[in-house]
Amino acid sequence: MQPAFADPPTDSARAFRAIMQAMARPGTVHEVAAPAPEGLSPAAAATLLVLADQTTPVWLAHGHDWLVFHTGAPVAATRAEAAFAVGPWDALAPLGDWPVGTPDYPDRSTTLIVEVPRLDGSGTRLTGPGIETESRLPLPDARALAANAALYPLGVDLILSCGDRLAALPRSTRIHPEDA
Amino acid sequence: MTDYNFAYLDEPTKKMIRRAILKGLAVPGYQVPFASREMPMPCGWGTGGVQVTAACLMPKDVLKVIDQGADDTTNAVSIRAFFARVAGVATTTRTAKASIIQTRHRIPETPLREDQILVYQVPIPEPLRFLEPRETETRRMHALEEYGLMHVKLYEDIARHGAIATSYAYPAMVNDRYVFDPSPIPRFDNPKLESPAIQLFGAGREQRIYAIPPHTRVVSLDFEDHPFEASKADGVCALCGAEDSYLDEIVADDAGTRRFQCSDTDWCAERRA
Repeated sequence: MQPAFADPPTDSARAFRAIMQAMARPGTVHEVAAPAPEGLSPAAAATLLVLADQTTPVWLAHGHDWLVFHTGAPVAATRAEAAFAVGPWDALAPLGDWPVGTPDYPDRSTTLIVEVPRLDGSGTRLTGPGIETESRLPLPDARALAANAALYPLGVDLILSCGDRLAALPRSTRIHPEDA
Repeated sequence: MTDYNFAYLDEPTKKMIRRAILKGLAVPGYQVPFASREMPMPCGWGTGGVQVTAACLMPKDVLKVIDQGADDTTNAVSIRAFFARVAGVATTTRTAKASIIQTRHRIPETPLREDQILVYQVPIPEPLRFLEPRETETRRMHALEEYGLMHVKLYEDIARHGAIATSYAYPAMVNDRYVFDPSPIPRFDNPKLESPAIQLFGAGREQRIYAIPPHTRVVSLDFEDHPFEASKADGVCALCGAEDSYLDEIVADDAGTRRFQCSDTDWCAERRA
């Protein structure tokens, strides 16, 4: 069994700052890492250690035992009950099955942690909150994500992880698939 | 070494608050419910802001706390001392040197930067609360983007006073979707809500967290023929001579002599240094 954070309070604090900066500034890439089990990137592992607990069912493709041991998070049996979902894009698509929140409670939505093969500041053009002019990210399926953004203020939020780096794509980001 | 967990709160509580902060950033202006904890200070003293700050602090942060612009009031001093003790973080009164600023009812005059976080203490997060007391109703009004009542309130100001008299907690529209309460900052500060810094809002008693990511559109509500004005007292700071900063009016002696003084003590001190 892989370990988790060496010093949870301060390691989580540093990792959360990186995740928060990513969510507040879509398109920016941040370094964050934790010891990860087979099949999970260090960035995805760190995100789960910072955010998952007994109250957040996690749907995941790999690493069940490690997650349950370190966070106590229940493994989601269905997509409808998942607070977080982790895996490559092919395992998480289509987006339609994940909770997108309700008009009264748009926060009751799934956050997808998508393991991507490449993560840098190139790709599809993004605008919106947190972005001064424009930013770019390589998106797995820009049209599907643009459809998600069109649900705003409902929708799922994405954290894109690749090795020890991550970026975020909140539902508020406007995606321009024609400009990739 | 301290006998407290880093930044006072236990880790499960921080996880819960951190999840709420991320949802708040993803839906700017929407009030995310969270399970506010008892803090070692009474509600009304910034328990919401303190919990948000505790969930955000890193060991290398430099913390500034202001209370209506001042670093030296009871609330600011005690919260600064609290985090110095339970998180071991450095503190400062200089806006430019701080990485996290917790504030009660002001935005610093010194322009904030990309690498700074502003945490607001919020008493009543719901902008519609004094117009509609039922939570079920205000929640539905936000869902339906039904903000006509707020415009009626501002219109009644004009009908009664000839101008929009709301001078603090002035409602604004965030990202063209949610009307939000910027906490009781003077409306002079509303233009600064469009900021390069991350802005987080914590309401402890009311158990809500909301956020404005950097560079997010924030429009103060108004009418075409009564545009929003960022007003302040018509005076000059008696200490530094500033004409463009937000001023407090102070009674200076028993004869009732009044004078004005910068509300932002750090900004005023810097100008006199």
